[in-house]
Amino acid sequence: MAQPILEASALTMRFGGLTAVDAVTFTAMRGDITAIIGPNGAGKTTMFNCITGFYRPTGGTLRLFRDGMPVELQSLPGHRIAQAGVARTFQNIRLFPGMTALENLLVAQHNTLMASTGFGFGALFGAPGYRRAETLAIEKARHWLDATALVERADDPAGALPYGQQRRLEIARAMCTDPLLLCLDEPAAGLNPRESDELSALLRRIRDGGCSLLLIEHDMGVVMGISDRVVVLDHGKKIADGTPAAVRADLRVIAAYLGEGDEE
Amino acid sequence: MAYALQQLINGISLGMIYGLIAVGYTMVYGIIGMINFAHGDIFMVGAFIALISIVMLISGGIMDGPAAILIVLLVSMCVTALYGWTVERVAYRPLRGSFRLAPLISAIGMSIVLQNYVQVAQGARVKPIEPLLPGGVEVLRADSFIVQFSYMQMLIIAVTLGVLAMFTWLVTRTPLGRAMRACEQDRKMASLLGIDTDRTISLTFVIGAALAAVAGSMYLLRYGVIDFYIGFLAGVKAFTAAVLGGIGSLPGAVLGGLLIGLIETFWSAYFSVQYKDVAAFSILVLVLIFMPTGLLGRAEVEKV
Amino acid sequence: MSGEIAAITMAARPKVAAAAVKDASITALIAFGLFFMLVGLRTDVGPSGGLVLRQRWGEVAILVVLAFVLRLGLVTWRGLRGDAKPATAARTEALRKVGRLVAPVFILLAVALPFIPGTGRYELDLGILVLTYVMLGWGLNIVVGLAGLLDLGYVAFYAVGAYSYALLATTFGLSFWICLPLAGILAAFAGVLLGFPVLRLRGDYLAIVTLAFGEIIRVVLINWASLTGGPNGITGIPRPTFFGLPFSMSGEPDTFAGFFGIEPSPVHRVIFLYYLILVLALLTNWVSIRLRRQPLGRAWEALREDEIACRALGINVTTTKLTAFALGAMFAGIAGSFFATRQGFISPESFTFIESAIILAIVVLGGMGSQIGIAIAALVMIGGFEVFRDLDEWRMLVFGGAMVLIMVVRPRGLVGSRTPTVALGTRRAIGAEHVAEGRG
Repeated sequence: MAQPILEASALTMRFGGLTAVDAVTFTAMRGDITAIIGPNGAGKTTMFNCITGFYRPTGGTLRLFRDGMPVELQSLPGHRIAQAGVARTFQNIRLFPGMTALENLLVAQHNTLMASTGFGFGALFGAPGYRRAETLAIEKARHWLDATALVERADDPAGALPYGQQRRLEIARAMCTDPLLLCLDEPAAGLNPRESDELSALLRRIRDGGCSLLLIEHDMGVVMGISDRVVVLDHGKKIADGTPAAVRADLRVIAAYLGEGDEE
Repeated sequence: MAYALQQLINGISLGMIYGLIAVGYTMVYGIIGMINFAHGDIFMVGAFIALISIVMLISGGIMDGPAAILIVLLVSMCVTALYGWTVERVAYRPLRGSFRLAPLISAIGMSIVLQNYVQVAQGARVKPIEPLLPGGVEVLRADSFIVQFSYMQMLIIAVTLGVLAMFTWLVTRTPLGRAMRACEQDRKMASLLGIDTDRTISLTFVIGAALAAVAGSMYLLRYGVIDFYIGFLAGVKAFTAAVLGGIGSLPGAVLGGLLIGLIETFWSAYFSVQYKDVAAFSILVLVLIFMPTGLLGRAEVEKV
Repeated sequence: MSGEIAAITMAARPKVAAAAVKDASITALIAFGLFFMLVGLRTDVGPSGGLVLRQRWGEVAILVVLAFVLRLGLVTWRGLRGDAKPATAARTEALRKVGRLVAPVFILLAVALPFIPGTGRYELDLGILVLTYVMLGWGLNIVVGLAGLLDLGYVAFYAVGAYSYALLATTFGLSFWICLPLAGILAAFAGVLLGFPVLRLRGDYLAIVTLAFGEIIRVVLINWASLTGGPNGITGIPRPTFFGLPFSMSGEPDTFAGFFGIEPSPVHRVIFLYYLILVLALLTNWVSIRLRRQPLGRAWEALREDEIACRALGINVTTTKLTAFALGAMFAGIAGSFFATRQGFISPESFTFIESAIILAIVVLGGMGSQIGIAIAALVMIGGFEVFRDLDEWRMLVFGGAMVLIMVVRPRGLVGSRTPTVALGTRRAIGAEHVAEGRG
């Protein structure tokens, strides 16, 4: 029986008079790729920012199930949400451009490494635990560089990588935090068809590795190809929720995408 | 009560001076997003130009009076505006589009240059002048305390309001003002639309410096003594005013200036003169921590 | 204007010359407008107490001609050189390689300085001064260069350290070696105290708030006379001892000279102070270099690059910033207590905003994040400042002008590149164009 990984109930976000996300309820299952789609301005990114702690929701709850125990995300500060097991990427890539790809991945393991250094200062005097921790961290980084085909670029500054590689590096960096739930904000944006296919394969591998995924995506090829479940938003409200096939056949979804959503 | 009224009058006239300087900070910050650290020293230069013109007028036999004050103001505005233009051209324009810290360091360097230039050229001693416009109107007499609204204070308030009205007209109703606001919104787009952004930025500095010159002249006439170091404190306080009012907002700068002037005056009158600067700085810190957008500023939503 | 002129090719020399003369004439006109009142008419307090004018047209003429000639030279040079710009990335890479060789040479020279023939009291005092600024620069570099937090009130922590030592030593008679770490801890504590509320501010706002804090501390030092001695400061601060052995001229067995059986000399103390600050500066350097290669330092740099991404990776942004702020403050505090013991006297005058500006300028001119660049910048700035001692009041003018000039010529400082902290293969320097400088 599938267990939920993330449960949003009546999630609401208002900016002044504008309600960007309006009482959205949905559940993402463990081990699934859940896609959130919708026309521009539907509130997808806003909802993402609520889930990952960049906005504090105006109302509703967000529960992450960690080892079956619920963690209330809506009241946690941003960095705690990441520590609880939610990692994310950004619509406009946010790498550390002046640091190498490898350094980017080590920063992602900051909390594990810090714990091994005795709050940062133990390592100053060469505490033995740290060396081991760093070797492990570099191993993990190498694993994800391998998985994203970036090993060759490990020592290049992230800012010097081409666009597609930057996208992959951001995913690798997020994975280095050992997340339970990986949230991807338009990962296929700006990729060519071949790169999109590679991305789909990568995301499937990540799912098969045991991590659940939540993604916002405009590229329907990617969404329909890899999603186990699709949630459709329009004007801040959820209008459909189901398997890709079911959603594709949903009349309200078609109406929303063809711009007839106002007639209801 | 009478005492408080007097402080109110003093505070408003001081606040007007801060407000005039603050407008310069706010404009420059709005358009190129940097703290023009040398702006306080531009104010000081304005005061010195006014001082020299007054001494010139007196030694030339031109008597004091409204005409003389007008001449002094005009001369100071013109020459100081030239300083404002030069500072931008020499120290900031070559660094446009460069790393953020470079213009700031350059501005600090420029501030040091201006201070020491005036010190070298005019000497380190304080410069006193006779009051040009003595006397005033007795507003209220309570027991032995006389509340006086001096002519000088009236002049400061009148001139400030006049200059600000002119300036508001300039920014809201003229093509130059439109160009300035366009550059403020999006400099690259403005230049694509055919606005000469370099010229617009230069003019912003010129206007800011002219307003600072008015403030400097008023400061000189009101307090009667200046030295080469007055720019630093006045600059920091005016910047506080700009932040308090909401940086980027012109009415906010004036409002912030008034508040800083009033707070400083009342603090000195009722608590402690020694710590009056601490009061101004503490307000700055408190405002930035609890109300970083200021009174009239727009909230900046963090884009993710 | 300059862009147009730069585009003119070598073939059009006469045109270049004509344009340059026109340009220089305009400059001369502007210079006249700038100088004719402030320079040409000097106000002085006359015998009757009022101000009198003294005319100095000769000086104005000199300045105007100077402006003309300089501008003419600059424009002609630019016009003839064309648009060719040396590759900065290659240059910084070369500089970095040289830097790797230079660093050990510098350290050797610094260690050997007291024994180099011809080194007298003056040279040692200058060395102490430069090293103090090197240490302050390295300390501030943690805050500004690594963590990207713009701090314009750094001198406040220097003051906290100096006053902590002075008060602890004069009131409780604690020895220098106990006070030194205490002063560092107190300054770090002050850093946390100040940092906690302000560190969520960004960029220029943070700069101006730290400036305000620096000024508040100075005003408090001036006015809290019962504790700090007010504007008169604190005198009679105990001088350091050689681990308990005072540097006294008496030559008794319990003095430094007597214990080691050497001729008492006042230079001993100076040499001791010199080595003390050298060790303290190198300690600062060692800690920064070590930390940079470890998670905390990497997190600082990541914070400078992108704070939002840091948050998304689960890094506690506030505490990470606080550690940088506190550590930077601690080194300033230690330097401050060294300053107090060296001078034997401190007053609020030593802790003005201009000190913060100088330290920040050293960090930025050196190239943020570069240890060797900062050391060179401190040597050049403070050393140069001393060389121009005879210029008196012109000295600060030259100093400010140099700050502007260096920024215009090299906005990224001497060493703008960044060395990766870890690598799978070989480490290659990262050019300045990729390295961010933080918005906080």
